[in-house]
Amino acid sequence: MPDLLNEPVEAPKSDVLGEPPVHRDAARQQDVFEDPPKSSSKSSSVKKAASSEMFGDDDDDEDLFKEPPKVVTKKPQPSGPPVDVFTEVKSDVKVKPQVKDDPTDLFAEEALTAPAPKPSAGSSSSRTNGVHSEEQDLFSEVRSNLHTALRGISHSVSLFFSVSFFHIKLEEEESEDKFDLNISITNPEKVGDGMNAYMAYKVSTQTSLTMFRSKTFTVRRRFSDFLGLFEKLSEKHSQNGYLIPPPPEKSILGMTKVKVGKEDPSSAEFVERRRAALERYLQRVVSHPSLLQDPDVREFLEKEELPRAVSTQALSGAGFLKMLNKATDAVSKMTIKMNEQDVWFDEKIQDVENEEQHLRKLHVMVESLVNHRKELSGNTAVFAKSVAMLGSSEDNTALSRALSQLAEVEDRIEQLHQEQASNDFFTFSELLADYIRLLGAVRGCFDQRMKAWQRWQDAENMLQKKREAEAKLLWANKPDKLQQAKDEITEWEAKVTQYEREFERISATVRKEVIRFDKEKARDFNRQVIKYLESLLHSQQQLIKYWDAFLPEAKAIV
Amino acid sequence: MTSISEDSDKEKVRSVSVDLNNDASLVIDIPDALCERDKVKFTVHTKTTLSSFQKPEFSVPRQHEEFIWLHDTIVETEEYAGLIIPPAPPKPDFEGPREKMHKLGEGESSMTKEEYAKMKQELEAEYLAVFKKTVQVHEVFLQRFSSHPIFRKDRNFQIFLEYDQDLSVRRKNAKEMFGGFFKNMVKSADEVLISGVKEVDEFFEQEKTFLLDYSSKIKDATAKAEKMTRSHKNVADDYNHISGALNSTAADNNTAFKKTISVCVLQKLEDRVASDQELKLTELLRYYTRDIQAAKDLLYRRARALADNENSNKALDKARLKGKDIAQAEENQKQCLQKFDKLSESGKKELTSFKARRVVAFRKNLIEMTELEIKHAKVRRLKSNNTLYGSKLSIFLLCQKSLGY
Repeated sequence: MPDLLNEPVEAPKSDVLGEPPVHRDAARQQDVFEDPPKSSSKSSSVKKAASSEMFGDDDDDEDLFKEPPKVVTKKPQPSGPPVDVFTEVKSDVKVKPQVKDDPTDLFAEEALTAPAPKPSAGSSSSRTNGVHSEEQDLFSEVRSNLHTALRGISHSVSLFFSVSFFHIKLEEEESEDKFDLNISITNPEKVGDGMNAYMAYKVSTQTSLTMFRSKTFTVRRRFSDFLGLFEKLSEKHSQNGYLIPPPPEKSILGMTKVKVGKEDPSSAEFVERRRAALERYLQRVVSHPSLLQDPDVREFLEKEELPRAVSTQALSGAGFLKMLNKATDAVSKMTIKMNEQDVWFDEKIQDVENEEQHLRKLHVMVESLVNHRKELSGNTAVFAKSVAMLGSSEDNTALSRALSQLAEVEDRIEQLHQEQASNDFFTFSELLADYIRLLGAVRGCFDQRMKAWQRWQDAENMLQKKREAEAKLLWANKPDKLQQAKDEITEWEAKVTQYEREFERISATVRKEVIRFDKEKARDFNRQVIKYLESLLHSQQQLIKYWDAFLPEAKAIV
Repeated sequence: MTSISEDSDKEKVRSVSVDLNNDASLVIDIPDALCERDKVKFTVHTKTTLSSFQKPEFSVPRQHEEFIWLHDTIVETEEYAGLIIPPAPPKPDFEGPREKMHKLGEGESSMTKEEYAKMKQELEAEYLAVFKKTVQVHEVFLQRFSSHPIFRKDRNFQIFLEYDQDLSVRRKNAKEMFGGFFKNMVKSADEVLISGVKEVDEFFEQEKTFLLDYSSKIKDATAKAEKMTRSHKNVADDYNHISGALNSTAADNNTAFKKTISVCVLQKLEDRVASDQELKLTELLRYYTRDIQAAKDLLYRRARALADNENSNKALDKARLKGKDIAQAEENQKQCLQKFDKLSESGKKELTSFKARRVVAFRKNLIEMTELEIKHAKVRRLKSNNTLYGSKLSIFLLCQKSLGY
């Protein structure tokens, strides 16, 4: 394995075969950490992340890698300024191997098999196979991974580009695998006046799927149409255990403001919030492979005019009926004590409930953040004005100019805060709100399954009763009623079989749905986190720019 | 209970005023302070080459009330009417940390151990910050005296520095407080009365207009700055809570929040640092609000002297007309004129140097604030970059794996 041995870690390598695993890996890790100072800190951090992730990929190496990070690095204290960047980066890396469950969590579905090692590493391990024991195979695999990582460190730029390249390629491949359907909701427009007014949204679809009549089409829909769609889908599919994405909530206060026609920023914000939520809702519906097949969905996207969904009104007969149903459901849920055969469901429902709790707490905090940031933005604007006034009354010209420049900087910072606040909101807060609702829907699936189980059990009980009745009749010797009893027994036997099968089917569906949901959730959260980070980065860049521009002004004061 | 080490105090980044310790003949600092419950005991340390002191180096413990006593005594000294009297340091205000401590005590049962420890740490940091601030303010107060050619010779000032027994300064009782309040009222009324007196000197005319305008503006700016820094701190606290909540969530399986934690920690740091910088600016504004008030007081005293001068002139004229008490009236007039001239002369000097001092202080503070903001923003940007690429990279690698590379 000549090319691998050209790396600077030659000396330790010769010790590999003799030494116990932990030490060797500690040495390994040490080398990784000692290397970076030579290369640029930024790229090295990227590479270190790369190398540690590669380690993290290896399920088998779990024990090996839990040890060394503790040996080598000590957790740096939460550092105030000035910060030792290197220490900080180290801690990042240290954390990663220990949270190596990340890959498992993010893509819960992915069966994490032993990763196919990189080509060069692969060849090396095959060569060592015949000569060394299996344990040392692992080492060589890891070692070769390391070598590759180290090589990667010295080719920082190429890796950087390949990241973006793969990112793009990945997206292409993903989209080829998925169906091609893009939905966007735009142009909210107020239709009508007074209390009968409503907002109409333009729903535009772009697709290459053959089930639709054309490639691009647009319709106008109002909020109750969306709710109507949900009702229809729910009626048809939720009893089979499908996870129907819930629509955004009704808001009497928000809508009233819009109806009344107040042209203030809060009602504009409300409309924007609703538009974005509706868009996300539709996207979730169409990304569900089974729901997409439903003709109602197609009709929603395609048909020019939809009959008004009256049953969605809050204060209607249908509305009350729904509330009543919900209440009875809740009561019956409390009384059903399910005899769980499959422990997966027990664990899962517990997880879902815990997560929902956490999300709710988080959501409250994020809302507080959004509010405080809005407040900050307001206060900054006021402060900027005050400083401008101060500058104008200052008699030293240079200081006066500097103060008015400061006012301008603060003004721009206020803009940044505003943007950041809306970003906090849409990226973070709405995401949490969506998932709280979705988790509620997941719980709904579990409830449906429980109902199916109950139906089955009830049928079993009924069958039992019928059999007992038959036995009684036999004993009492009433042949005419006997036939009826026998018929009933057959009927109920059939029902029992049917319900049992249904229960199994719904269990399978729920399981599949939940797994799919987990995957989507992980992807969603990851995407949003990255988006959030990017926006943070952007505002930090801007901040630096503004202060850099101000510095010479401050220095110019005499 | 709490005391600061010499090291942390040696942070000579005193951006409120210029470095007032240039003259080695009298060097004052507060190297140490003790905080017991409500009271703060400052250790005032003096190093001097002046012969008027008994020893070349000495320290005395002083409390806040004794500083106030010194200020009041100097204000009441007639001789110094023509000088800008350094504003008294504000009372140490531990209200904020104390409130937090209370909340911490109440909520102890409902918090996890980590949350409790973290909050305690924050509380201690806030306490320390308030503590440092109050020490600095008291130190600057004394240094204003020591660096002023006239004040440094004041007998009361020297007693303050040297007398190692308790100065037995009792707090103002109700009568004196009321008396003080009453005096202020009289003064404001008086200001209105004498504002009608015609100003002879153009310099002072300008100064008056400027100071009046500036003082209201700077008061406003201080208030707004305080509000802004408070909001910023709230934002930072929110991020802190979020990262704490995420930490406990991350302990569960099947969550993808771990990345978000580092994001939130970053943000928290950013906002904390930003609010620290803004705090410095707020401090500067607050200090100069007080200083401007002191300058206004000087103008008032001079205006008063001017009015007195006018009155004495009028009285002299009247006496001459009436033909009696002329000598007395003449004496009175001479004194008034003398006083007025002296006030005008020293006032002009003081106000000019005040202007220069203020400009320098602002410059220093603004430059510092900007440089620190830039430095921290760059560090944060680097960290954000790392986190971002870490995230993207881990996703990339996972996708790589799932695609079978």
